[in-house]
Amino acid sequence: MRAAAADRTQTSATLYLICAAAWFLPGAGHLWLGRRQKGLIFLVTLTLMFAFGIWLEGRLFPFQVSYPLVALAAIADVGIGLPYFVAKALGAGAGDVVAITYEYGNTFIIAAGLLNMLVVLDAFDIAKGRK
Amino acid sequence: MVIFSLFVSIVFAVLTRDDPREQLKLGARLFGGFIAAGIGIGWLLYPLPL
Repeated sequence: MRAAAADRTQTSATLYLICAAAWFLPGAGHLWLGRRQKGLIFLVTLTLMFAFGIWLEGRLFPFQVSYPLVALAAIADVGIGLPYFVAKALGAGAGDVVAITYEYGNTFIIAAGLLNMLVVLDAFDIAKGRK
Repeated sequence: MVIFSLFVSIVFAVLTRDDPREQLKLGARLFGGFIAAGIGIGWLLYPLPL
């Protein structure tokens, strides 16, 4: 379903605002562009995926440049946007390294962040009029 | 693995297809592929020592 708003090419300021919104709240970019079905599915699916990762004792990695893989995981974690900051504020995502589900939790959290980055790129393409 | 496959299949299908029926078809194929690959690779790794 393509809404008329999504078919127009956006100005560059709006374009970056759409990308920022899409990053901050999963699916917000698509909702902004009138693609309600996609936006709602991304909002529910990615938020659930992130929450599932937290529930599985996954960790929100810190930005430690001395450990490049940890820093990369931290960047992927932040990719989910608002749910990351909510989890941080609630003190969740400390991670329990001895829990049997620890690595599964990390996988869910990191994949949710990376998938949201793909969703941001898709919103960018739609706003540019490429899709 | 099943839940992870489900989430990833949904996102990829919705991302790459516009028509809901096409999304459902691709999502089901992706999900089946993930599960089949997981079980297949699991069996291939079975004879290897830990």
